[in-house]
Amino acid sequence: MQWQFFIELVTNGVLTGLMYALVAVGFVLIYKSTDAINFAQGEFCMFAAIIVAGFLNLYGFPLWAAIAAALLFMLVFNWGLERVVLRPMIGRPVVAIIMATIGLALIFRGLGPLVFGAETQPIPLPIPDQPIVWGPFFVSPIDLLGGGISIAFMAVFGWFFMKSRKGVAMRAVADSHQVSMAMGINVERYFVLAWMLAGFVALLGGLVWGSAIGVDTQLAQLGLKVFPVVILGGLDSIVGVIVGGIIVGVVEAISAGYIDPYVGGGTKDFTPYVLMIIVLMIRPYGIFGKPIIERI
Amino acid sequence: MFHRESGYFKTSYKADMALYPLPIGKVAATGFVLLFLVVAPTVLDEYYLSIINIAAIAVVGALGLNILLGYTGQISIGHAAFMSVGAYTAANFAVHFDMPFWVTLPAGGLMAAAIGTLVGLPSLRVKGLYLAIATLAAQFIIEWVLNHTPLISGGVQASIEMPRPVFFGNVLNTQSELYFFILPVTIVAIIATMNLVRSRIGRAFVAIRDQDIAAEIIGINVYRYKLLAFAISSFYAGVTGVLYTYYFGIANYEAFQLPISIDYLAMCIIGGLGSVLGSIFGAVFITLLPIVIRVFMETVGVLFVDGVYLAQVIAQMRLILFGGLIIFFLVVEPEGLNKLWRNIRNYFRVWPFSY
Repeated sequence: MQWQFFIELVTNGVLTGLMYALVAVGFVLIYKSTDAINFAQGEFCMFAAIIVAGFLNLYGFPLWAAIAAALLFMLVFNWGLERVVLRPMIGRPVVAIIMATIGLALIFRGLGPLVFGAETQPIPLPIPDQPIVWGPFFVSPIDLLGGGISIAFMAVFGWFFMKSRKGVAMRAVADSHQVSMAMGINVERYFVLAWMLAGFVALLGGLVWGSAIGVDTQLAQLGLKVFPVVILGGLDSIVGVIVGGIIVGVVEAISAGYIDPYVGGGTKDFTPYVLMIIVLMIRPYGIFGKPIIERI
Repeated sequence: MFHRESGYFKTSYKADMALYPLPIGKVAATGFVLLFLVVAPTVLDEYYLSIINIAAIAVVGALGLNILLGYTGQISIGHAAFMSVGAYTAANFAVHFDMPFWVTLPAGGLMAAAIGTLVGLPSLRVKGLYLAIATLAAQFIIEWVLNHTPLISGGVQASIEMPRPVFFGNVLNTQSELYFFILPVTIVAIIATMNLVRSRIGRAFVAIRDQDIAAEIIGINVYRYKLLAFAISSFYAGVTGVLYTYYFGIANYEAFQLPISIDYLAMCIIGGLGSVLGSIFGAVFITLLPIVIRVFMETVGVLFVDGVYLAQVIAQMRLILFGGLIIFFLVVEPEGLNKLWRNIRNYFRVWPFSY
């Protein structure tokens, strides 16, 4: 039975990892196109999920309307955020932008429960609750759905960046603001677009995670999982996000399965960071990242 | 004696380096020390002294983080973890070896400095975002290790009960007694920082912050000074942790989690990066903010909010105001409260002929 336990851990790890990737891709998107570091990605997901759950459970909206409301809010909010907070901060030190997003994260953590209540709320998606049994293995449908959404989204996203006009322009903006401006790209518009896209991804991540583990401020802890994922995969790579996510998911599941019984829990939150530190020392730009790192 | 200069008339390096550029600085400093050491404890009651105590402890930590963040330009999101290192070190020394506070205080600081230097090692290879994430990782790893190592954090729920500090046979129990224990440490920390930043080391830090390549070229050993900045900064953090443990009477890792790190970052940003006075402003401001919110909510807020939810709403209000203030200061006044204070001072410098 040993190998079955192992395989089950790995499958669950892979699916969880894909769901992590869904959260992390918002971070990568922002970093790739605007060079800003978003410490509030987890809070974006949390807030989107709280809006959906709030409209669903408190005001009795149907699911699609709640999602539409959350989407509208995220897009408008991120548009405003870029205009009011982040645009004046272009060119400021990294520390300043990190702190601004941390401030944003704090606001979300306070605002969510203040508006929609602090109780844990469910987001019931129209999928079965029973785990899918396949031979000796159990997989929960929500994980499967999350992994599926994640892969589908990454595919669309990859196409967007590689083929579509806007995606190519966005990559150009990421490479060099000045050259893109000279080529007639409206750089500021793409900054707004990047933030709005990040808001959209956050909604997806929030929906999947919210229905998997319930919606409250704890959901924002997801944001802390983003960093090992993006560092492992490389900060500016979409493929890297998937691979990094899967690695983190599997490492977490295996350490929770094999080490937890000996030390009494909590290794899940700890091993990804140890792995990350090692990668940071050896290969700071990650597995798929561009090896441009400012050395001193 | 009470005049201010009307411009910059310094003609020697000695004048430029002076701790008090004008006699009024010396007078004001002496006045403040007297005010806090003599007048405040006789006039104020225990409650207000306890607020000053907390603020004074926060000042030490904010000064330490500002040395790293404001002067050297290296970010650390793991400062609370360094505090917990200091706290547990001091608690172990005090409980197991029966050491007095004048041993545990530097011991906690030194231990935190050692761990801080270790955490600072990535700063030699990476900077900016990567360093932020590395220190964030340090926060979680240190927290986990403390929580899972009974050897360090023995006892129930990883907490150690701390004996009260003893000063020449007197046990310091009440707030006013602790006041005389905490405040001198804070004053020493302030003076030490003021002297540090105008010394060779402090100037090297500033050079690294402003342009690390240029700093290297003029002969500053960037690696050594970066690690030194981490060591000094986490020494302050360790001392802060020890003071907290003595103040609360318990060492527990839960008092030093990620939100505390963010509190200290907020102190530096709101107070003003790269300024001693700014750290003090920031620490006092952030300490007073929740108290002001609570008083406000308990008097005005009860009209709008059901009493049952009041505590919850206060906590949420605090987060929102906190985040809002951080963003406000970053966007509108990046140099923080210190800049506001300087503006006021400059206005009165040539008042009433400000043209």
